[in-house]
Parts: sequence; structure tokens; C-alpha cells
Amino acid sequence: MELQEIASRLNLEIKSAAGSLTNQVTGGYASDLLSDVIAHAQKGDVWITLQMHQNIVAVATLKELAGVILVNGRQPEEDTLQKAIHENVSILVSNLSTFELAGRLYQLGIKNDPVV
Amino acid sequence: MTRLFKADLHIHTCLSPCAQLEMTPRAIVRQAKLKGLDIIGISDHNSAENVVVTKKIGEKEGLVVIGGMEVTSREEVHILAFFADDEQLLKFQDIVYDNLTTGTNCTEVFGEQVVVNEIDEIIGFNQRLLIDATGLSINELVDKIHSFEGIAVASHIDREGFGIIGQLGFIPPDSGLDGFEISSKITLEEAKDRFHGRNSFITGSDAHNLLDIGKSFTQFLLELPTLKEIELALKGQGGRFLVDK
Ligand SMILES: [Zn+2]
Ligand SMILES: [Zn+2]
Repeated sequence: MELQEIASRLNLEIKSAAGSLTNQVTGGYASDLLSDVIAHAQKGDVWITLQMHQNIVAVATLKELAGVILVNGRQPEEDTLQKAIHENVSILVSNLSTFELAGRLYQLGIKNDPVV
Repeated sequence: MTRLFKADLHIHTCLSPCAQLEMTPRAIVRQAKLKGLDIIGISDHNSAENVVVTKKIGEKEGLVVIGGMEVTSREEVHILAFFADDEQLLKFQDIVYDNLTTGTNCTEVFGEQVVVNEIDEIIGFNQRLLIDATGLSINELVDKIHSFEGIAVASHIDREGFGIIGQLGFIPPDSGLDGFEISSKITLEEAKDRFHGRNSFITGSDAHNLLDIGKSFTQFLLELPTLKEIELALKGQGGRFLVDK
């Protein structure tokens, strides 16, 4: 599913997009420890977090994530937004909590291949 | 003439909710001297209310005490802030208090937050939720610390919990931090290797009880045991530097 379809179906506020809204979302990861995201997120994941620091953009780029969704209505910091626009990383905002948002994504069929 | 000074800059007093009640300023100074330390730093969580009293005791006992605080950023990263001037430190504390949540401490869960005087008498309890994070980002904190002529050191960067790398994946290149603290779990050599040749490393005990004081310390080559000189050492300037143990 494309990121923009998720955005419209889950009512996400698009903060930065610049061409990456057509990214295919192939899974998801939820974590607020960026070192954990670096270690465990997979390419194509949509990342759910409450971190607003500019490092989220670098981590999203590094891991080739499909996009970042900030929860609880949290707004990205100004330099985060600038970086995201520059790096072509989509940052979206949801008013839901991490738990609720992950549930909605699952209902949309966004699932990770189970690790065997 | 420079000489070696042993410094443990990361010590919590009984004001920190997680520290033992035995961590009174008098006991800390006594233990630090026993351990042969020349300089200690007082770094309670989001508060500095036991700093002035510890400095007074240190002055009498011949131990250099540097006033500071371990402040928690919005990203839940611990930052050590040190100030040469108490007034500046207290101004910084006002800003930290303004940016702490309005919650009150739950003593059953987190412990008492005790403010004491020079003879270990309890003169008050801090009711704020000091264990909580401030609403200030790392960048905002570092800017504020610098604006009060303080220095900012990222705490225990090799630790996942509340360490800058654990929380943020890597050290933001424009962080403005003056130094980086490593815990006693890794050596300076390992740190240089892991954190790509940064050289402004200090190590401290992060003591929450008396026995831990001086368990880990930094050796500075300085002319005088002052924060100004420590700042020079962190920059490797003026012939002041850190000495590997
Ligand atoms: Zn800490
Ligand atoms: Zn500490």
C-alpha cells in the first residue's frame, strides 16, 4: 500500500512529503529508541514514534523507511521538518497513540513477515 | 605548572529521588576525600538545591566542588550541566523548573528528594517530579547552558537508557556539546573506537550511594582545579588535557 493511501485512510496530517508519498509501505515498526530502530526496522517499514528530533530523518534515510508517523499529535521540530524536506522523507502526524495507530495499520493489512 | 587532578564529576546527592539518603553533602565530601579525589561534581536530576551547601563544606574540607545538574531533555537524554557561578546555575535551575511538568513526586515510588544543610539536617523536601523529563530539546538545553556560561556534557553515552546514542541513534553533528561522559563499563580506548575518535571524553561514577563515589573518575592535567580549566582540557587547549588511566 502506498503511504498516501494510509495517510488518507487514517486521517494523517502531512507535514513533509515531496514525492515520497508514493513509497510502498511493506511493514511497520514502532519504537522511540532510535538505536533500536537502527537495529531492527526493515526497509519499507513505516515507523511510528513520538520522537520529534531531527535525527529521526537521518534514521529514516539510513534504513530506507517508507515514512515516519508521529503520534499523539506531536509536531516535528522546525529543523526536523527542514531536514525532512531536504532529504525527501515523509513525516506525518496522527492524533492517535502508538498502540491505537499500530492497530489501525494492522487492520489496513500492514504486517511484517513473521520472523522464523 | 600543570599537575594531575582526579575528578569524579557525576555524583548524586540525597536530593535525587533515586539516590540513597546517606548521600548527604557532608558524607559525600568525606568519602570523596577518602578516595583521594581532588574535584567532585554535584549533578542531581533536574535540580541543584544541594549544590551551594556541598560547595561550602568542600571549601572547609579542602575539596573542590563543582556545581551542576543532570538535566533530562525532551528526548529523555541526560545532559550534565556545570557552572562556575552559583547564581548562573540557579538561573538555569529556574528555567529547568519552568519546563518540568507540574507533577509532584511520589515518594513511595521514587523516594524522597531531600534538601539538607551543612550539618546534615533536613531543611526541606523538593516536591517536584524530578525524575521526569523537561520540555526542552537537547539543542535548547545546550544553548541555555552556554548562555549561563556553563558547559554541557552528554551523560553515559555508552548506556542505552537515557544516553544520547540510545535515544537518538547517534550524536547529532551540531549538538554543541562540550564533552561526552562514558560509564565505567568501557575504557577510553574502546570509547574512542566506538564513538569515532571523539576526544572530549570524561568518566564519572554516577554514584547514587557512598560506596560508588570515585569508582570511576577522570584525570585532568590542569594548572588550577577550576571549571574554566576543565573546559580547556575538554578542548585540549593551553596544555590542559585528559589523561588516560
Ligand atoms: Zn543519567
Ligand atoms: Zn546520574
